[in-house]
Amino acid sequence: MKVPTTESEAQLDQLRREAELNGRVDRPGIRPPGSPFPQATSENGYYGLPLLKPPVWTWEIPTYFFVGGAGGAAAVIGMMARMSGADPKLVRDARWAAAVAANVSTPLLIADLGRPERFLNMLRIFKPQSPMSVGAWIVAAFGGTSTAAIIFPRRVADLFAFTSAALGLGMATYTGVLLGATAIPIWSLHVRLLPIHFGASALASAASTLELMGNDQRALNALALGAAAVETFIGIDIERKGVGPSGPLIRLGGVLSGPVPLALRLIGGRSSRIRRAAALISLAGSLITRFAWVEAGKASAKSYTAATDRVDDIRSGSENRKPIPPVSSDR
Amino acid sequence: MAITGFLTDSTLCIGCKACEVACKEWNDVPSDGFVFSGLSYDNTVALGHSTWRHVKFVEREPRVGHGGNSGEQVTWEFSSDLCKHCENAGCLEACPTGSIVRTEFGGVYVQPDVCNGCGYCVVACPFGVVDRRPDDGRAFKCTFCYDRQKFGEQPACAKACPTGSILFGDLEAMQQAADARIAKLHGQGMSDAKLYDARDTSVGGTHAMFIIRGDERAYNLPVNPEVPTVHLRAGWTSAAIAAGAIALGSFLAFAIGGRR
Repeated sequence: MKVPTTESEAQLDQLRREAELNGRVDRPGIRPPGSPFPQATSENGYYGLPLLKPPVWTWEIPTYFFVGGAGGAAAVIGMMARMSGADPKLVRDARWAAAVAANVSTPLLIADLGRPERFLNMLRIFKPQSPMSVGAWIVAAFGGTSTAAIIFPRRVADLFAFTSAALGLGMATYTGVLLGATAIPIWSLHVRLLPIHFGASALASAASTLELMGNDQRALNALALGAAAVETFIGIDIERKGVGPSGPLIRLGGVLSGPVPLALRLIGGRSSRIRRAAALISLAGSLITRFAWVEAGKASAKSYTAATDRVDDIRSGSENRKPIPPVSSDR
Repeated sequence: MAITGFLTDSTLCIGCKACEVACKEWNDVPSDGFVFSGLSYDNTVALGHSTWRHVKFVEREPRVGHGGNSGEQVTWEFSSDLCKHCENAGCLEACPTGSIVRTEFGGVYVQPDVCNGCGYCVVACPFGVVDRRPDDGRAFKCTFCYDRQKFGEQPACAKACPTGSILFGDLEAMQQAADARIAKLHGQGMSDAKLYDARDTSVGGTHAMFIIRGDERAYNLPVNPEVPTVHLRAGWTSAAIAAGAIALGSFLAFAIGGRR
């Protein structure tokens, strides 16, 4: 509580007189609580407004990253199983998993387009410098070959299955390049990591799916184990570099894809029930990971201004960043 | 055809927004909402799918003696922003349909009859310009008034500018005009005037250049914009390593793990 004094009242009287005489009151240096008002500065950028546009992609895209990646890796597993003369059921299951994933992926991608009826425009041209164009062709070819691999009889099916496995390697990894080769700071910062991250995630999902379809080969367990180990290392690397506002979701996906299934398979790998549990957890982790990275991109674009130091902003959010040295020396 | 360019001089801009109006009118750009930002006089806020010219109102702490500002008033500069029409354009490289093309005038143009709204150009633009219009589904940005240029007319914004703040013409002539103008401003004591054209970055220069004062970051112009194609090599190398590891890993798993 303030107590009115002669001084304070005289000040108010003077303000009124000034307002009466001049029609306005000039009081430079007044700084009410919450001031200074937003300014355009080297530290603040343009009123702290974001520089970049956030990705417009909705749930279809991360879901596709999950499904398409798993399908691609399943095609690879199917081919290796076929070549090694493994159980025909495993080969058949892997081919079906690849074909179903491919035929779910395409509608998801088309649904996310702003003009879905124009989806064929993706195949107007081939543009190696656009990961989206390369990806569109991979998805189209993978869809065709993996579907053919379950339709045609033995020899022809093998031929298509082998082609689809080669394309499946692309399916499992190109999405990392798709995100990494953009202007979104958090994505481009991790451009080297994302293809390996998504590839490992895809391999774990494919092996897990095949296990859940009732295949108990040691090879599947070994693949899932290896992928979980890679995911654990990647998780540690991500924690070191930081991921900003989407950290918790990426961490959740990372824990479910890395250390948890790794521990389960190492400790209880002999029990098929524990292997199934690890498989389910891996799948959940992989799905969460894809959503987390798309959300991280949105948050990254919204928090990045022209004045933000790229790496530092990602680490600590826009609140708490180190001062940036001035660019022009003549000020 | 002549390669053309814009020179937008913030030291001559009076913040009238005639360029914003001219752009909306000529290009039939729809409303982008009724927004009161409270950030100086800028209620347009940012470039976007339905804002192709945007006048920024750059309010700063007074710097006594710089341009004759008194100590009591904030400095107030205006700068009309637009798509930079990059020499190495991220959106153009990213576009998988070939909808985004470079025109005979050097501008970057989104062909609305080809765009299928995949949204990849949105994340490929280092200046946050191009965006997908939600009710339409396609990506939109400044067309460089391609239609007007085809008839030898200058873009609508340049024609409507009352102070000569927006100059339009041959790219080389614009670059010379910029150098001359900056020399003149420096001669008048405006030592912080400079050209922003991103020429020394991977963007490789722009067809829309800006004369600004002081730090470009206060204008929301990035110091070091990057065309995303610079990340391709690292990305695809990683993808190849990952693909190789998946192939080798699953080969070994079945070769060693055998049929069991």
